[in-house]
Amino acid sequence: MASTSDAHDAVDSGRRAALVATGVVGGAGAIAAATPFVASFTPSERAKAAGAPVEVDLSGIAPGTMKTVEWRGKPVWILRRTPEMIASVKKTDERVADPRSLRTAYPTPDYARNELRSIKPDYLIVVGICSHLGCSPVGPLAAGSNATLGDDMGFLCPCHGSTFDLAGRVFKSKPAPDNLEVPPHRFLSDSLVLVGDDSKA
Amino acid sequence: MPLHKTEHKGVLGWIDQRMPSIMAEYKKHLSEYYTPKNFNFWYFFGSLAIVVLVIQITTGIFLTMHYKPDARHAFESVEYIMRDVPGGWFIRYMHSTGASFFFIVVYLHMFRALLYGSYRTPREMVWIFGCLIFLVLMGEAFFGYLLPWGQMSYWGAQVIVNLFSAIPVIGPDLSVLIRGDFVVSDATLNRFFALHVIAFPLILVGLVAAHILALHDVGSNNPDGVEIKETLSPSTGRPLDGIPFHPYYTVHDIMGLGVFLIVFFSVLFFMPEMGGYFLEWNNFIPADPLQTPSHIAPVWYFTPYYSILRATTEPFMVALAAGLAVYALLLFFTLRSRVAKYAVLAVSAVVIVLMVGGPLKLDPKLWGVVLMGASVLIFIALPWLDCSPAKSMRYRPAWHFWLLIGFVVVFLVLGYFGTQPPSPVNERFSQIGTLLYFAFFLLMPWWSRMGEFKPVPSRVTFAAH
Repeated sequence: MASTSDAHDAVDSGRRAALVATGVVGGAGAIAAATPFVASFTPSERAKAAGAPVEVDLSGIAPGTMKTVEWRGKPVWILRRTPEMIASVKKTDERVADPRSLRTAYPTPDYARNELRSIKPDYLIVVGICSHLGCSPVGPLAAGSNATLGDDMGFLCPCHGSTFDLAGRVFKSKPAPDNLEVPPHRFLSDSLVLVGDDSKA
Repeated sequence: MPLHKTEHKGVLGWIDQRMPSIMAEYKKHLSEYYTPKNFNFWYFFGSLAIVVLVIQITTGIFLTMHYKPDARHAFESVEYIMRDVPGGWFIRYMHSTGASFFFIVVYLHMFRALLYGSYRTPREMVWIFGCLIFLVLMGEAFFGYLLPWGQMSYWGAQVIVNLFSAIPVIGPDLSVLIRGDFVVSDATLNRFFALHVIAFPLILVGLVAAHILALHDVGSNNPDGVEIKETLSPSTGRPLDGIPFHPYYTVHDIMGLGVFLIVFFSVLFFMPEMGGYFLEWNNFIPADPLQTPSHIAPVWYFTPYYSILRATTEPFMVALAAGLAVYALLLFFTLRSRVAKYAVLAVSAVVIVLMVGGPLKLDPKLWGVVLMGASVLIFIALPWLDCSPAKSMRYRPAWHFWLLIGFVVVFLVLGYFGTQPPSPVNERFSQIGTLLYFAFFLLMPWWSRMGEFKPVPSRVTFAAH
C-alpha cells in the first residue's frame, strides 16, 4: 500500500487546475469590484461640468492695476499694462527661461505665443497659479520693491520664490519650470473678454 | 472539549478555562515580557507615543460629532466647536496640540534608536514598522491639516498635492485623482476627511500592533546595546538583566506620563498656538482659492523636508550631480563585487544625465520631490548603513556621538529655514543642510566603522537605587 502515501503527497493535477482557475476568476472579480472604487476618486460629473467660461468687463480696470476672476476654481488675472510695463517685458527677454513660450506642459495658445503673451499688448490674461507647486504669486510688484525680483517689475510666488515678468514668463533658475498659463480667451468687444473659451462663434 | 486547566480562581478562572488566550497574551506582553532593567529617560517615548495616539483617537471621535466636512461649512464648524460647543475648545486644542506632540514624541523616540542602535540586528523589522508608522503619521497629519479649511490648510494641500504632478507622465493625472477635482475643492476636503478619520487611523493602529509584536518577539534594546537574552538565569531560564514589563515599567512609565501631561497641558492651557508653530496664524482666515497668503510654510514638523524641497533649484543640481559622482567613485573603489561596481557606475551615470544632462534632464522640481521623499525614506536603510561594531553610542568613539548631534543640528536648522520666507540666504543654508543631511546617511557605512571602539560588556550597566 505504498501508493496511498504517494497519493497523499502527489499533487492532484485536476484539483490544482481547478484551484488555479478559481484563483484567476476570483482575481478578475476582485479587479472588477475595485474598478468603481478607483473610479470614484476621479472628478465627478459635477466637477467636470463646473468649468463654464467667465465674461469679464474690462472697463473698470485702471492702467497698471489688475482684476482677478475665478475660472474653474482658479484665479485668472487680467492686468492692464501701462506702456512702462510693456517696456519692462522687452528688457527681460534674456533672463527668462522660456521667452517664446515654446514649452508644452501648459501650452500657450497660438494667439498668445508672442513676446507679450497676449492678444492685445495692454491686457495680460493669465492663470495666477505658479507652475511650480500651485501657489498664487503676488504682484504686480514695482521695480526694486523686492529683493528676489531685484530691479525688474513682475510677480513673486510667496511659496518658493519663483519670479515672473509682466508677461507671466518665469525667470531663469527658479523653482517654477513653466510660464504662467494663458487660459483660452477671446475678446467679445473692446471692453469685454470671455475667459475659458476661444472658439469663434 | 474539556475546559482549559487554569491556575486562576473565581471569575478570572472561569474565563481562563474558556478563553485561555487572554491570560496567555497578558503574560507574553506584560507580566512575563522581560525588559532590560537599565532603561533611561529616552525609553519613555514609546509608551508616550501610544498615549498620544489614544488622545488623538478619543478627541478625534468627539470632534467628528460637531465638525462638517463641507467646504462651505468646515471653517465655521471648527469655529463653532471653539466658541459654542461646551468643552469644544478643550477637545479641539487637545487634538491640535496632540498632533504636534505626536511628532515631538516620535522624533525623540527615533533619536533614541539612533543613539543606542535600536534598529540593528535582530530589530530590523521593528525599525521598518516604525518607519512605516512615521510615514503614515505624516499622511494622517497632512490630511487632518486640510480639515479646518483655513488659508494654510488650503494652500498647504495645494502645494503638497502638486508635488505629485512633478512625476513624469502620470503626475498631472495622479494629482487630479488625489484631489478629485482640478483644484483643491469640496471633493478634496471630503475625501481627506474620510482618509483622516477612518483609513489612516486603522492603518496606523495596525502598524503600531505590528511594531510592538515585532519588538516583543526579539526583545527590547537598551542603552548599552547588550542582548539581555544572551545571559539567562540557569535556574529560571529568564534574562538575568530583565525585569517583567508589568509592574516595573508600567509604574515607571506612569511617572513619565505624569511629567509629559504637565508639559502637554501647560502648552494646551497657556499657549495652544505655540507662537504660530502649532496652529499657524494664517489658518484663522477662511480658505481663499484666489489668494495665497504672503508667507506660507508647513507646520513645524514638516519643515526640514520642506527645506530640502525648496533647496533643489537649477544651480543646486550641479552640486548634487557632483556629489553623486564622488559617491559613485567611492562605492566603485570600495565595493568588492565586480557586477556591483559597474552597476553603481551605470546607474549613477544615468541619474547624473537625468539631473544635469542638457536636453535629457528632468525638472529640478521633480528632483526636489525625489530628494524630499528620499530624506524620509532613507531612515528605513539605517540598519544596513550603520556598520559600527558596537550598537550603542556608549561604546562608540565620542566623535560618532557628536556627529549624531551635528545631524540633529542640521535637521533643526533645515526645520528653521523651512518656516522662513524664501530668500537667497535661506536657499544657500538649505542647500548646505541638504548635502550634510544626506552625507550623514550615505557615508555612514564608512564613518561608522572608523575610530576607537570601547569593549562592550556582557551585562548591562546598572546601579540599583
